[in-house]
Amino acid sequence: MDNIKRKYSKKTISSFINYGIVIAFFLVLQILSVTGHLGSSMKGQLIPICSYIIMALSLNLVVGISGELSLGHAGFMSVGAFSGVVAASSLADAVPNGIIRLLIALMVGALFAGLAGMVIGIPVLRLQGDYLAIVTLAFGEIIKNVLNCLYVGADSKGLHFSLKDQQSLHMESSGKVILSGPMGALGITKLSTFFIGIVLIILVLFYIQNFVNSRPGRAIAAIRDNRIAAEACGIPVTKYKLMAFVTSAAMAGAAGALYALNYSTVVPKKFDFNTSILVLVFVVLGGIGNLRGSIIAATVLTILPELLREFQDYRMLVYAVVLILVMLITNNEKAMEYLRKTIKKLLKSKSEGRHTT
Amino acid sequence: MLSYFINGISLGSVYAIIALGYTMVYGIAKMLNFAHGDVIMIGGYMAFCSTAYLGWPAIPSVLFAILVCTVLGVIIEKLAYKPLRDASSLAVLITAIGVSYFLQNAALLIWSSNPKAFPNMVKFPNLVIGDIQISSVAIVTIIACIIIMIVLTLFTTKTKMGKAMRAVSEDKGAAQLMGINVNATISMTFAIGSGLAAIAGVLLCSAYPTLMPTTGAMPGIKAFTAAVFGGIGSIPGAMLGGILLGIIEIFAKAYISTQLSDAIVFAVLIIVLIVKPTGLLGKKISEKV
Amino acid sequence: MSNKDIKLVQLPSPNFVPERDRDKPLMLEVSHLGIDFGGLTAVNEFNIGISPTEIAGLIGPNGAGKTTVFNLLTKVYEPTRGTILLDGKDTHGMNTIQVNQAGIARTFQNIRLFDKLTVEDNVKIGLHNSIKYHMPTGVFRLPKYWREEKKAHERALELLSIFDMQDMAGYIAGSLPYGAQRRLEIVRALATGPKLLLLDEPAAGMNPSETSELMENIEKIRDEFKIAILLIEHDMNLVMGVCESIAVLNFGEIIAKGTPAEIQNNPKVIEAYLGADEESSN
Repeated sequence: MDNIKRKYSKKTISSFINYGIVIAFFLVLQILSVTGHLGSSMKGQLIPICSYIIMALSLNLVVGISGELSLGHAGFMSVGAFSGVVAASSLADAVPNGIIRLLIALMVGALFAGLAGMVIGIPVLRLQGDYLAIVTLAFGEIIKNVLNCLYVGADSKGLHFSLKDQQSLHMESSGKVILSGPMGALGITKLSTFFIGIVLIILVLFYIQNFVNSRPGRAIAAIRDNRIAAEACGIPVTKYKLMAFVTSAAMAGAAGALYALNYSTVVPKKFDFNTSILVLVFVVLGGIGNLRGSIIAATVLTILPELLREFQDYRMLVYAVVLILVMLITNNEKAMEYLRKTIKKLLKSKSEGRHTT
Repeated sequence: MLSYFINGISLGSVYAIIALGYTMVYGIAKMLNFAHGDVIMIGGYMAFCSTAYLGWPAIPSVLFAILVCTVLGVIIEKLAYKPLRDASSLAVLITAIGVSYFLQNAALLIWSSNPKAFPNMVKFPNLVIGDIQISSVAIVTIIACIIIMIVLTLFTTKTKMGKAMRAVSEDKGAAQLMGINVNATISMTFAIGSGLAAIAGVLLCSAYPTLMPTTGAMPGIKAFTAAVFGGIGSIPGAMLGGILLGIIEIFAKAYISTQLSDAIVFAVLIIVLIVKPTGLLGKKISEKV
Repeated sequence: MSNKDIKLVQLPSPNFVPERDRDKPLMLEVSHLGIDFGGLTAVNEFNIGISPTEIAGLIGPNGAGKTTVFNLLTKVYEPTRGTILLDGKDTHGMNTIQVNQAGIARTFQNIRLFDKLTVEDNVKIGLHNSIKYHMPTGVFRLPKYWREEKKAHERALELLSIFDMQDMAGYIAGSLPYGAQRRLEIVRALATGPKLLLLDEPAAGMNPSETSELMENIEKIRDEFKIAILLIEHDMNLVMGVCESIAVLNFGEIIAKGTPAEIQNNPKVIEAYLGADEESSN
């Protein structure tokens, strides 16, 4: 009995530590920024960091908690980004308040990405392992390809869509083009704020943490551990897999909308296979299923290329080498053992040093 | 119509050769080698350097590219993948992606991002039948693909090494007990796959003569889907998948939409996998309960 | 009650049941069940009737098709022919999940626990369909969430106490010793509220004292939960000790049915065992 109580409280404490970290992160950066200690390049990174944290958290729901490999997560970010931009731009006159328009855009982004997740998830979640990975990759590419050809315009009659070119939108002369194929969305009004980004992270964290420790979350973990046994226990496997997948897609959509509304232009190519992989790297390096790890990895690895700026051309090469080395070391028992010992020694010598002085 | 068909087979042959590398490595090491596409790119650059800078004739520079890629493939396997033989497939996947980034960025540093014009290596005239013109590159590609298919089939069925490869892909543990050197067999698979990637690189760049550090990425992904399409792990499957993918892509470009051709290719892949989850020629593996 | 003095009675159908269940309808009635794998017949003409509180055994040499029968009953495999009536209802067209919801729970020969979850959570997965709240209630931690979770927690401990495992509730299932893992699988299966419990070699890997404890517990489960139990087992002491009726399977077909005493003296059974794998004859 005692054991269980301790376990529950541990989980709750861990959840609150996560909220604390996010809030502390916000406060520190806010203070730095107000007091002028934050460079402009760092300032520009704040909202993308928020987006990537949400991306990593949401992908962790699929990869870590549901145990399915998805290689097309950027596709959902893309759907969210462009549907969010279309919503924000077309409502520019109807909803003058920027924050409300941003919130609507985030919801629209989440909704459309969630729908895309459902369209994709229903047929493919029966596939397993590497096959699911390749199908999600393919879907990511399809979404990118279609958005690359998508033209959207708005005039007094409403929204116009075309897959061919701007002329075939057949708009009134006063209409404005919101999406123009490979050029993406142009002339976006920047609506995203760091504060909203942080609020969104906390909401996503709240959702995932509570979800995991409830009936559906347990069912999903059971399916991950042993699908056949879960079926034998009467768990509707497909329903729960789909639930995790769609939720994750919707979160990625909100992250996409947040990301896109931070820039004046966004192109579909931004959300390609490499972005999906980047987010997957956050999840894997942060520790599969480990939400705090995802937050930290997404933050550090978004800032890292900025910090490596002095290496200029070499930075991506260094990034690649670091990535390989980290994977090799973390998957090697001997190396990990050595690492643990060294850290222990360092800590020991430090505390001893403190004692003597 | 016929020329589209031949172009499709030609492009498909390139995919098939790349897909063979993916499928052999997957069959034996059960890993998605995402760096494979970048080995193609290195093969292209090697052939480019030896002809454009050193002035070598076509055959020696192709052989040079094959040699470099083979060695590169073996080195990658030894340094990056071998230590992870018992790690989770996700860890291996991320490492493969790391290798892919490494190769792309190394190429970027060495050759810059400016596209290089790939020299014409096939110096035969185009074949003209009536009013249909078939490019000599397409003919060479198709012939190369057929030869590779025959040699590879003979290799895996007739030679000791080839049989060892099949044994290892069936059951690593049992193969080891039968006295097969598993590590050497896996190295050999990487060597063959990378050598094939070099040939594919040269053929690809001959058909589409611009060479960039990212040249290999997209054909790599497509060839990978071709391998899955045909049933990953199956050599004839990779061949069939590659050629079908090439034909579908060319016809989609010609009759539906140039810009949407990739989306169509991937959509066909998804439909095939939904209908037949193990690909066209893949074996059904059911979990024992 | 001991099963030594059990008498089987013949029903109008070609099925035998313990005397006390004579007038009750069968819990499980399987007729002409069979499956072919690529032209190879694995199970054929499998007929069995199990009454609502019967403990029945399914024995046979290795490879006779015993686990395949379980997989057919739980629809891991779709039968090629035959019908399965559970409590009078045909399970044709149901999948594994629906069969469980209809009342068949099982354990696995090669243990299939949710290794990374705690013992308690493993049981709660079994309770899944009896916990009544949905996703939003869980995410927003509405009062119903706390109520239902508390109920599930108490029920899980209660079920674990059958095997005296309530103290292990917080342990990670994968870290339990082998015998405890087998017991946990039984608890999890019971948690789904079955009418029929299928146990696939429940005593495998247990030592003699664990086995005899298991035998008592199997009878206890039947008496407390009033359910039917069908078990596959190679340990003849267990089979002869707890089963009221036994069916012997060889090469996918039933070669003998009867009370433990009848089976022990059946020349066909002795031949099947001695003629087959010596090791499994014990």
